[in-house]
Amino acid sequence: MRSHIIECLFVSLLFSSCATLRGTGDLGVVVEREAGSVQIVETTERTKLGLIGGLGDLSHASVVFSRDGRFAYVFGRDGGLTKIDLLKTKIVKRILQSGNSIGGAISQDGRYVAVSNYEPGGVKIFRSDDLRLVAEIEARNDEGKLSKVVGLVDAPDNQFVFSLFEAGEIWVAKMTDGGAPEVHKFKDAGREPYDGFVTPEGRYYLAGLFGEDGISMVDLWDKSKGVKRILPKYGKGEQKLPVFKMPHFEAWAVSGNLAFVPGVGHHEVVVVDTTRWTEKKRIPLSGQPVFAMVSPDGRKVWVNFALPDNGKVQIIDVSTLSVVETLNPGKAVLHMEFTPKGEQVWISVRDENRIDVYSTDKVKKLKSLTVDKPSGIFFSSRANRIGL
Amino acid sequence: MFKFQVLFLLLFQILIAHSIRAERTDLELKHLLKHDCGSCHGMTLKGGLGPPLTKKTMLSRNRNEIQAVILSGRPGTAMPPWRSLVTESEANRLAEILIKGDNE
Repeated sequence: MRSHIIECLFVSLLFSSCATLRGTGDLGVVVEREAGSVQIVETTERTKLGLIGGLGDLSHASVVFSRDGRFAYVFGRDGGLTKIDLLKTKIVKRILQSGNSIGGAISQDGRYVAVSNYEPGGVKIFRSDDLRLVAEIEARNDEGKLSKVVGLVDAPDNQFVFSLFEAGEIWVAKMTDGGAPEVHKFKDAGREPYDGFVTPEGRYYLAGLFGEDGISMVDLWDKSKGVKRILPKYGKGEQKLPVFKMPHFEAWAVSGNLAFVPGVGHHEVVVVDTTRWTEKKRIPLSGQPVFAMVSPDGRKVWVNFALPDNGKVQIIDVSTLSVVETLNPGKAVLHMEFTPKGEQVWISVRDENRIDVYSTDKVKKLKSLTVDKPSGIFFSSRANRIGL
Repeated sequence: MFKFQVLFLLLFQILIAHSIRAERTDLELKHLLKHDCGSCHGMTLKGGLGPPLTKKTMLSRNRNEIQAVILSGRPGTAMPPWRSLVTESEANRLAEILIKGDNE
């Protein structure tokens, strides 16, 4: 505290301004994919607080937060991993950890950040404080084949779970005090898992399969049960349609005992009964879904789409399992994020350089913010959830 | 007169069915390549879930080949056929952009 005041005085002597103390619970990060920068935003007054540039290729970038909500870790496509201080709007540390990465996660205890890589395939684990490399897990199967790693998430017991695209395996890496992770490998986890998520309590890990129908599921409470294949009819099915964008799995997919999974190539969301892991219903949509996100109150599912329908958003009512509203926010809606208690949803409209903020109860646009080619929106409340 | 109306209606329906749009400009194609193809191949085309599409990797391929892959996809991979969203001449110009390395 004292050092902050001294720092503040020093800063105020220099710039004759002194930022007041603030928390981070209402802060977030919006990716500007083309410029390689991020905007720090706050959701209380719905304003931009600052811009941080120089983050490299941010196509498909994602963000996780330190457990205290002060720092964000940005995973770039070019293998860049950047730790950002949200309160000071500055880069704390930036490393280039691989040639081509896809995403990352932060461990349950907040001490480790894991990054999944396409090139060379594998997972690297760093200390969250100084980004020092702790461990490297080569994604090589028994035949020696390297795989791209996808669907990396954090799970209880300080574990990271991820899928191997080419090898068709699901691996669980448990962090130990010594730093070296213990890896449990599930073989034969289906052809070409493309993404994965854990249920909100962190018990089940589900991976969608691109190379065949069905979803692979691992019960993290009892690994001896192996991989179970559920929903044999979920997937591209008989009538294989072109998939213009890979559907994304998010930990926001569950409401009560229902999970909402975007269809692959098909214009529908599949509703899954999570008590029996069976298909309950398919809800027809007006395009190929990319994200299907359940609002924090569990009442609605907001869905965005791949080309050529990526100007739309549809809202599903969970109590009737039907589409109740279709919005046309603008060209290329890439992502949506709910505020921590769900009264607002922020939507990125890439080709119109805008973030639109809607109220979730009346679905009314409250505000637009100018952001350069926005893609992912990530709020600091993710810091306190497993699997995000 | 009535015949003309029927003909006009028919033509109109055909137009709607094909939802004719203007050919994309080079700028629009580069945007599509950077952002939409970029979701899989990377914005700098150095690859992701899809292979790299840099000038160097395109050296061994000719324009028609690349055009065919764009229009018909690559069965057995995640590359979809873009025929329903991209015209033949657009695919041809995309191939040219890739060969020249204009988007890197």
